[in-house]
Amino acid sequence: MNPPLVSPLAPAARDPGPEAATLRPKIDVKQLSFYYGATRALQDITLQIYPNVVTAFIGPSGCGKSTFLRTLNRMNDVIPAIRVEGKALIDGEDIYAPGVDVVQLRRRVGMVFQKSNPFPKSIFENVAYGLRINGMAKNRSDLAARVEESLKQAALWTEVKDRLHTSALALSGGQQQRLCIARALAIRPDVLLMDEPASALDPIATQRIEELVYSLKSSYTLVIVTHNMQQAARVSDRTAFFWLGKLVEYDRTDRIFTAPSEKLTEDYVTGRFG
Amino acid sequence: MTRDVRRRFVSAVFVAACAAAVLLALIPLAMILFFVVSQGLQALNVAFFTQLPRPVGESGGGMLNALVGTFVLTGVAALIAIPIGVISGIYMSEYRGTRLATATRFAADTLNGVPSIVIGIFAYAVAVLPFRQFSAMAGGLALGVMMIPIIARTTEELLLLVPGALREGALALGATRARAVFSVIVPAALPGIITGVVLALARIAGETAPLLFTAFNNRFFSTDLRQPIASMTVQIFTYAISPYEDWHRQAWAGALVLVSFVLVCSLVARVVTARVQRLRG
Amino acid sequence: MRTELLFRVLIGACAVLLVVLVAAIGVELARESVLSIRAFGLRFWVTTTWDPVAGEFGALPFIWGTLYSSVLALLISTPIALGIAIFISELSPERLRAPLVFLTELLAAIPSIVYGLWAIFVLVPIVRQLEASTPEVLRALPLFSGPPLGVGMVSAALVLAVMIIPFTSAVAREVLKTVPVAQREAAYALGATRFEAIRSALFFARTGIVGAIMLGFGRALGETMAVTMVVGNNPQISASLFAPQYTMAAVIANEFTEATDELYLHALVEIGLVLFIITLIVNAGSRLLIWAMSRSAAPAVAPTSPAAATV
Repeated sequence: MNPPLVSPLAPAARDPGPEAATLRPKIDVKQLSFYYGATRALQDITLQIYPNVVTAFIGPSGCGKSTFLRTLNRMNDVIPAIRVEGKALIDGEDIYAPGVDVVQLRRRVGMVFQKSNPFPKSIFENVAYGLRINGMAKNRSDLAARVEESLKQAALWTEVKDRLHTSALALSGGQQQRLCIARALAIRPDVLLMDEPASALDPIATQRIEELVYSLKSSYTLVIVTHNMQQAARVSDRTAFFWLGKLVEYDRTDRIFTAPSEKLTEDYVTGRFG
Repeated sequence: MTRDVRRRFVSAVFVAACAAAVLLALIPLAMILFFVVSQGLQALNVAFFTQLPRPVGESGGGMLNALVGTFVLTGVAALIAIPIGVISGIYMSEYRGTRLATATRFAADTLNGVPSIVIGIFAYAVAVLPFRQFSAMAGGLALGVMMIPIIARTTEELLLLVPGALREGALALGATRARAVFSVIVPAALPGIITGVVLALARIAGETAPLLFTAFNNRFFSTDLRQPIASMTVQIFTYAISPYEDWHRQAWAGALVLVSFVLVCSLVARVVTARVQRLRG
Repeated sequence: MRTELLFRVLIGACAVLLVVLVAAIGVELARESVLSIRAFGLRFWVTTTWDPVAGEFGALPFIWGTLYSSVLALLISTPIALGIAIFISELSPERLRAPLVFLTELLAAIPSIVYGLWAIFVLVPIVRQLEASTPEVLRALPLFSGPPLGVGMVSAALVLAVMIIPFTSAVAREVLKTVPVAQREAAYALGATRFEAIRSALFFARTGIVGAIMLGFGRALGETMAVTMVVGNNPQISASLFAPQYTMAAVIANEFTEATDELYLHALVEIGLVLFIITLIVNAGSRLLIWAMSRSAAPAVAPTSPAAATV
């Protein structure tokens, strides 16, 4: 089947999303700064991410968008000598407060990486991994049911249902990435963070990922980092533009791309730099 | 000769010399294999594998007790060395850069270089003197101590080869660090670790010096860990330095069995490594 | 996180065990040799009498034997080992490389007792023949004096040389691999012959190569079984290649179970202690050289450590 010339996710057809003050944010970041040793990588970021909405982070390489994404599930904790100032509230609770259980946090805030990283296990075992370690399945048939559910959500079930116990590494790049999404969805997170999920994929696989993101919106809160502006325009409801560690502008996607408030944003989205 | 011709000539001689070095080294290899196989096959028979040694001077008999003994000793050694070696290897790779990891790596490399006879003395002091007798336990301890650094370094290196992305994937799903290590990283490196263990076992099975005054020797069949035990290597040594022709032939047979075992382990290790490489793609 | 701390402590305990083990070896060796150290002090290392019956122990013959055999083995094996390393890493056709590596690994994997067996039944008769047929003119020299027994220094040195060749060669190959390709390309681009390009690579890697040679030396120092079987086991100091002599490892192997009194045992352990210390120094030194070389050759490409992260 040939891919349609116009994405079904073209701006005009989409729900513009909630206006700022009407809905409680899922993630509320206040004056967040992030340091690697002495270097300040993020400066006073303040923004709110709303539930059941796709939020895109865009900006040139090295602007801090991935770093910021990773602060939301505390993946940066594995780096030594980091420091975080400010607050990041998820459902009203600061995730950087002392005594916060990072393991629990990562159950609620899942992540999909730029390069797919399936475990060298079977397809089934990959998806089941999160369920097993978090003790989320009551018995074997429950486990199998949830694995099937996640693979269906990730639009991968029909392709792999007859070979669930073969190696995940035998799948194509696009399939592996959808497997990683299924793996992340299996533990039913509230939020799904996606760090350039399609950048390593061909256009057709990319389109399938974008359709998947759109279909997941109703059940999850999605944040997607992308260096591809057209992708952000196609897929997201709200867009945040980062530059040199600072949040420059954050607004509804259609406004960012058609009538941005900041000159810097306008220069970036029209391709004058980046 | 002109300068250029001279230079080319020197280069050609050099290349020939290197090739000659290779051939030169292959000569003893060929000789050893030839003698081990030809002499060993002559003396190898069913009795070798099923009978105990005959009393001094009598011909015939076999090396059953020594075969079993080597098996027991390597088993004890593996039981000691695998846990300590693998876990130390995990520490060295997980906490790379800490002072303990550096110290451990240094200790492992040092231990690797300690002559096997010295390790025998250590095992003697620790496991023979206090009990006032030679034992299979002491022999197994000596062999185990020799295996630890091999396994530790192999494990460390293999774990470091596992891509960091796998760790991140596990952590992002809510795994604790311990969980991520034991359920994703170690399993990913497992084929290599097992190969390393097999190769270490093959090496240890061929050791003689550390057994001379720990496991000592035993003319009879025994699997008692607190008693001295026979081993292929010590038995071969005893036979080789004896004046009896028959024992000399049995020594060659024993050598054939040992070399075959080492060869098989080596080939198995290669096949497993190659297959794992292909699976990973 | 408490679970993380527990994980680290439990795993770290094993690592500590390894470190303690090495220290324990030194400690035990020292403990079991005190009698001898107290009785003979430094005289132990310069006395040549080894008389268990009279209780007189001097270790000089063994030090001599160990050094003589190891140095000789080194002289024989180094050119061959380096030749092999160079051939495999620089000169060999692609198809031959893997089989050659396999064969050298095979040489390394043969148990030392099997080497000893071959040495005692095959090498010694050959050496005896060669010794017997040495021309009179050379016989007069101290280097070749003595009856043609077969067992003696030269047999020990030969079997040692064969045993350390694969070892030195493997390490030298690893060292040569760390020489940047750019070095050789620069040489060839200037019109160097193969010999000249390889020579410059060798020069670049000289520290590491010395380290490889030292590692082989360390291995030779500690080798026991093969040497015991062919060195003649005679505690005499002689410059002759033909003379039966004794090494530190060999005397321990042969006499440990015969040691009838404590002093005898302690004397043997003291020899073991010194062997331990010497091999420690040689090995540590060689590893230092190899490490220093790899640091200067290529910027350290550390495999992804757990702390690595992408921005």
